[in-house]
Amino acid sequence: MTQHVFKPDLPPPPREVGLAGWLRANLFSNWLNGLLTLLGLYLVWLIVPPLLDWAIFSADWSGETRSDCGREGACWVFVQVRFGQFMYGFYPVDARWRVDATLWLALVAAAPLLVRQFRHKVRYGLAYLLVYPWLAFWLLHGGLGLQVVPTSQWGGLMLTIIIAAVGIAGALPLGILLALGRRSDMPAIRVLCVTFIEFWRGVPLITVLFMSSVMLPLFLPEGMNLDKLLRAMLMVIFFEAAYIAEVVRGGLQAIPKGQYEAAAAMGLGYWRMMGLVILPQALKLVIPGIVNTFIALFKDTSLVIIIGLFDFLNSIKRATADPAWLGMSTEGYVFAALVYWLFCFGMSRYSMHLERRLDTGHRS
Amino acid sequence: MTRVKSTLAVLGAAALLGASGVTHAGATLDAVKNKGFVQCGISDGLPGFSFADAKGQYQGIDVDVCRAVAAAVFGDAGKVKFSPLTAKERFTALQSGEVDVLSRNTTWTSSRDAAMGLNFTGVTYYDGQGFLVNKEIGVNSAKELDGATVCIQAGTTTELNLSDYFRANNLKYTPITYDTSDESAKSLESGRCDVLTSDQSQLYAQRIKLAKPDDYVVLPEVISKEPLGPAVRQGDEEWFDIVRWTLFAMLNAEELGVTAANVEDMAKTTKNPDVARLLGAEGEYGKDLKLNKNWAVQIVKQVGNYGEVFERNVGKGSELKIERGLNALWNKGGLHYAPPVR
Repeated sequence: MTQHVFKPDLPPPPREVGLAGWLRANLFSNWLNGLLTLLGLYLVWLIVPPLLDWAIFSADWSGETRSDCGREGACWVFVQVRFGQFMYGFYPVDARWRVDATLWLALVAAAPLLVRQFRHKVRYGLAYLLVYPWLAFWLLHGGLGLQVVPTSQWGGLMLTIIIAAVGIAGALPLGILLALGRRSDMPAIRVLCVTFIEFWRGVPLITVLFMSSVMLPLFLPEGMNLDKLLRAMLMVIFFEAAYIAEVVRGGLQAIPKGQYEAAAAMGLGYWRMMGLVILPQALKLVIPGIVNTFIALFKDTSLVIIIGLFDFLNSIKRATADPAWLGMSTEGYVFAALVYWLFCFGMSRYSMHLERRLDTGHRS
Repeated sequence: MTRVKSTLAVLGAAALLGASGVTHAGATLDAVKNKGFVQCGISDGLPGFSFADAKGQYQGIDVDVCRAVAAAVFGDAGKVKFSPLTAKERFTALQSGEVDVLSRNTTWTSSRDAAMGLNFTGVTYYDGQGFLVNKEIGVNSAKELDGATVCIQAGTTTELNLSDYFRANNLKYTPITYDTSDESAKSLESGRCDVLTSDQSQLYAQRIKLAKPDDYVVLPEVISKEPLGPAVRQGDEEWFDIVRWTLFAMLNAEELGVTAANVEDMAKTTKNPDVARLLGAEGEYGKDLKLNKNWAVQIVKQVGNYGEVFERNVGKGSELKIERGLNALWNKGGLHYAPPVR
């Protein structure tokens, strides 16, 4: 009896595995792809080395004045010298710790909400939302023993984050209420919400801000000046709430009718039905839409430039008008782009993380 | 400078006049004294006129005018708060009482003076539209610019002035319009346009932005009149006089040789009656303006005379290095002429 012995498998042909194989499969699978790859490489070669050279190798990194910069590469000295202003605007230097404290407080106080084992999340979250804004306002604005810093001195990245954070914190609840109102059975509330949403969605944010700054003061009695920042924040909240409302409405419509009926059958009233059954499902569905709106909001904050508020971008613009640093706009704007990208990318990653964590497998 | 004839602003002015009537004379000075500072509207960033330095302090000619008003009213140039305003907001801010003085490189024109509910108090800087060209193209006069590609900023009177000038001189040109001054400077540098046009004061700032500023030259022609000055609300003559005479005091001080360094000595020792009247050593001229006797001393001591302010912000003492030109005193070939204090 002869035993059949299989011959050992031959190794795959060398051109199909390893680096060569990968290159072949992905970059040079046919002559057209090969050509496109070469063209792409050529473009990268054209763009990347000069960019790196400008931004890193030929750049000037340290110094005090413009004369410390050669003109070949980027002059990061400009960003370095003005860094404080880019971050805090004209906030007094010896009070800047208060801004940092506000930020750290927000993060530290929010930490328990991220711990899964923590039981009283809802109660804690509500308390946080009720207490923290006052504390933040006190720290930033002053009073009660702290030096008062009027909002006209706020600026830089700090102002951008404040407008975005207040906008998000205000627009989300208002938007959810508006979405519920739009689907309400009560005609008065429905009409009110529809009007509100359609009005704010129908005008560009830049017009709204402009109106708030140019027309509103004329209608107020003389001597009564609403704070410019407050005006801007209210406008951002109303505007973004209208968008959030429509995103949330999309989520509400996606919930099957059976869920409503089941909740009603269990004897839940309207608010408990929404709060315990419908909204948790609906909001989870529309996380990408909501985060999308938030990212847009974060970038839209730079529109306050037209009403003379010095947010991050406008602080950079203002610094480029200093005769001692004329011609540094490229460096400034590249820096701005980097910071905006970091924030928006961070938000986007966080939303993906949230989606994965809250995924309870209802989809297909 | 930018002359935005916005219907909005005119409408706004009409609404204001209709709603609140004319302000009472003297109201502004009282209000300013009550709150303890002058609220001054400035530009949101214009080299030499108003900008923030690395320490976060505002500087520039427009800023110094505000500080001088504070020095005249309070004897302390620090008692001023600045509101950076965009070109579109500036008139509303003044009309609605958000600012007391608008010192924001605003061109004095008939429509603004008459129809917008404001009054210009004088001219702090005689500006005009000019041209910046690369020396290589070998042009010495704007008249030789036939067929040139011209970089301009959108939405300002610059465009209209340019087309008027070229049409009047029978020249052809191709305009390229940009949104910001940075873009137009880069465009001139890369050779996309042959010439850049803007107000002369800004051309010097544009030139610094270029990699090789010495290769570029500002042509001698000035094709428009742009007298820049501070403005106040209409209907308050007292406040109008204070702002107007603050500038006159600075001009008179320069004419009489009074500087920040010697003003105190001169106030005590001067034999020149003009100087004595200006500095309050003789007569009660401050009182007429409802100011302190030594109002002009405070202005010159804390802010400087007009020449000092000019050189510090846009002249020899600055990066811009602008010549006095039209902005010299009347007796030195310029246009600045202040009525006497007497």
